[in-house]
Amino acid sequence: MSTMIKVGMADLKVVSYPDALTTLGLGSCVGICLYDATTRVTGMAHIMLPSSKAIRKNENVAKFADTAIDELIVQMEKLGAKKSRFTAKIAGGAQMFSFSSQNESMKIGERNAEAVRDILKQYGIPIKADDTGGNFGRTIEFFSENGKLLIKTAGKGIKEV
Amino acid sequence: MGIQFDSMNNIVLDVLREIGNIGAGNAATSLAKMIDKKVDMKVPVVKLLDFDQVPDLLGGPEQVVCGIFFKIEGDMTGSIMFVLDQTSAFNLVDLLMPRENAEFDEFTVSALKEIGNILAGSYIASLSGLTNLKIKISIPALAIDMAGAILSVPAIHFGQVSDNVLIIQNEFIEVLEAKSVDGYFFLIPDLDSYEILLGSLGVTL
Repeated sequence: MSTMIKVGMADLKVVSYPDALTTLGLGSCVGICLYDATTRVTGMAHIMLPSSKAIRKNENVAKFADTAIDELIVQMEKLGAKKSRFTAKIAGGAQMFSFSSQNESMKIGERNAEAVRDILKQYGIPIKADDTGGNFGRTIEFFSENGKLLIKTAGKGIKEV
Repeated sequence: MGIQFDSMNNIVLDVLREIGNIGAGNAATSLAKMIDKKVDMKVPVVKLLDFDQVPDLLGGPEQVVCGIFFKIEGDMTGSIMFVLDQTSAFNLVDLLMPRENAEFDEFTVSALKEIGNILAGSYIASLSGLTNLKIKISIPALAIDMAGAILSVPAIHFGQVSDNVLIIQNEFIEVLEAKSVDGYFFLIPDLDSYEILLGSLGVTL
């Protein structure tokens, strides 16, 4: 029996086959899904901010793109996965409210997605699917069975990547 | 900057709470004037919640809710957001303009923006009066989407200083028809504006 395990906001979880991971209502946050197809070890993080570096209150590693990806890698390797085999799928990073004159703090979704892409690139983890941006929320489900990512929206349909 | 947000006994938190009480009270008065009916307001509930608990207020992260968002401009900067569940949103529009069928059409959206504008405007006016800061709100932006997604906006802002979110829950009840409107205000000062806001009230960080 496969169990669907919930990842909260500023949270991360790692599972192995046959379990699956989900996070609900991603807005400007980004859901990072890592997968090792050989061992079917699967990880997901729901990050809120691009970097832990400029923030004093940074004990929660799952809150930031940089520290969350590091922690996912460590936890997945503990379950027997190998970083060199990892692939990534990412979703979220929306801008829920838009104004004609944008300042930096409003573009947090975009900055989150960019930070995630940069860090994955540094680690040489290829991004197989990138469903970021827009102005709508997303719920995602990530399956250890095949590394498929299901993306649900309120009113904009469901898709699988 | 020494903003610390995590202790319930914190003086900063007490001040923010009081601001929320007064602001929301003012908003309720404006609502009563606008609809020319008696509006009761429950004592606002001000609390610190974990990120994960916030969407539960509105029925869970996937529940579709309505968020009305404003930027705060002037002596201090930041944003203020008013969030309602769908029933409350329809009730609110109905109080102003009773209608036959309720759906999120263009009319409902623009009515909600306008009501949000008045509520947030009076909240900010009271904040301005309290602090002597010259502040105003931008035009509204409205989103109808999953609670988790809408609430990620204040959560991320608070996330820069805390692992909690400060929320102010307001329940307005229109007395005659007993239509209840449950709404939540999120006052979100920009990081460098906490000092200005609190300083104007004589609180040093």
